[in-house]
Amino acid sequence: MFENKHNWKGYLYLAPALILILIFIIYPLFNTFLTSFKENYQFMTGEYDGFSIQHYMDVFKSSKFKVAFKNTMILTIISVPVSIVIALLISVGLNSIKRLQGFLQTIFFLPYVTNVIAIGLVFQFMFNHNYGIINTVIGWFGIGPVHWMDAYASYGEAMAVIIIYSIWSSLPFKIMVFLSGLQTIDKQYYQAAQIDATPKWRVFLRITVPLLSPMIMYITITSFMGAFKTYEHVLSLFGDGGTAGDPGNLKTMVWYIYEALDSSKKGSVAVASASAVVLFIVIMIFTAIQMYINKKRVHY
Amino acid sequence: MRENYKLWYYLRKSLVYFLLIFAAVLVFIPFYWMILTALKSDYAVELVPPEMFTWDLHFKNFIDAYKSTRFDLYFRNTLFVAFCSTTGTVITTVLASFAFARLEFKGRDTIFMLLLATMMIPGEMLIITNFVTIKNWQLDDTFAALILPFMTSVFYIFFLRQTFKQIPNELYLAAKVDGTSDFKYLLKIMVPIAKPTILTIIILSAIGSWNAYVWPNLVTSLSNESVKLISNGLRSSAFVDDLGRVKYNWQMAGSTIVTIPILIVFLTLKKYIIRGVSRSGIKG
Repeated sequence: MFENKHNWKGYLYLAPALILILIFIIYPLFNTFLTSFKENYQFMTGEYDGFSIQHYMDVFKSSKFKVAFKNTMILTIISVPVSIVIALLISVGLNSIKRLQGFLQTIFFLPYVTNVIAIGLVFQFMFNHNYGIINTVIGWFGIGPVHWMDAYASYGEAMAVIIIYSIWSSLPFKIMVFLSGLQTIDKQYYQAAQIDATPKWRVFLRITVPLLSPMIMYITITSFMGAFKTYEHVLSLFGDGGTAGDPGNLKTMVWYIYEALDSSKKGSVAVASASAVVLFIVIMIFTAIQMYINKKRVHY
Repeated sequence: MRENYKLWYYLRKSLVYFLLIFAAVLVFIPFYWMILTALKSDYAVELVPPEMFTWDLHFKNFIDAYKSTRFDLYFRNTLFVAFCSTTGTVITTVLASFAFARLEFKGRDTIFMLLLATMMIPGEMLIITNFVTIKNWQLDDTFAALILPFMTSVFYIFFLRQTFKQIPNELYLAAKVDGTSDFKYLLKIMVPIAKPTILTIIILSAIGSWNAYVWPNLVTSLSNESVKLISNGLRSSAFVDDLGRVKYNWQMAGSTIVTIPILIVFLTLKKYIIRGVSRSGIKG
């Protein structure tokens, strides 16, 4: 009897959170998967004409999806490694100094809390062809002016702006995690290296990186997940059109999902579901590959 | 030999400082450019090349930009939504974390593992069905749509459970002997001890509401000002002059107005935010 009473109590405390989680997390997970197979699905009435893999075929055949996939891949493959290397160097640098450490740390953390939409407008203006700070500064060195994101911009220029913005806003989180990792490394390793007069770069590669490898793996996986889901950055830079210059379609995979969801066409929710499942699978594959590679390299 | 070593040491230190400060300047440029542009006159903002610094500061731009939009309404809406979803989140996570950390019931560990697994799922998969749910419940264009899905969080439950678990069990047993009820124990003993963690949850949840864009954009219509949140309001504000040309100084003033409150919160409560963030994966 005592056991029973306890059981009942536990569920009571859990109930508010659990009900919300069931409605907004667990049910959607299964329902989105199911919806992706429904033909002629109408979400207001819930009617549909049976199941098929038609929507997946449509997604894979869609030229829009191919462009979105390519954009997302380019963005991810450049921004993730670059931002990890920069964050790693900054963290190691920050960890090695005493004076100004707190102040610089605060500066590096600033982008973390900012509003994507607000700072997107700022980047837009920084990269403005005529009035922007970027063209002015590179002009001092005789470069440019570059179009970046106006009507004459090239694909590469526009993509560069997105990548720079993504790196800028993803640095703080990485630095925070690396820095807290560095602070747990035992000083003895460095003292031993000092006695042996090991060069600094070798200390970095042979001691710091291996001992930090669990954090590096964690950051790599979460960064890939984050980069694959890029949406707001592009939206805030390029507006609802998602284009710049010619042939400047810069929409990402998540953009493709929301575009399908937003259109009032019959069955569009099912198409959005199918593309979300595809995104989920792509992310899972990448995560699995990284886990496999890392398993051999990570030092715990 | 010794002199040489010292020289190298100082050279290397200076190089580290130089590179760090250089990187910090690069990171800070967007903030500088935003505030500088917000303070420029209509004339100065269209100079080519633009001035990198000016003493001719027009603080009135902030007032004009603020008045040209419905920022007062957006602020109120955002504060209301942030307050409700944060309060809801704290209540649900405190109760659930207590259940996971202290109470014993069938399936506790299984449920906990299942919840942890859901953190792997990209939000985009959930948003589609949640959008349909909100439409079916006819909650679109209401505050409820903006609050309900954010009244709990698996990560915060996980985070708070860790803190609760560190509180010695002896305290709980002693309270039991004294005949204190579970709920009273939670409220009088556990919550006060876990205050720093709860504060972290409050801050992160409130920042989440402040920065929310995608979900509000989906479940509220663009023309409906009465439920518009600050990010969506900023995006839909035009900041144009009579001829329909963009007034960049107003636009940057608008961005500054949206950015500054959250920066102040960050600078004053930095340690709580960093504590929470370095343990999490929220925000890509």
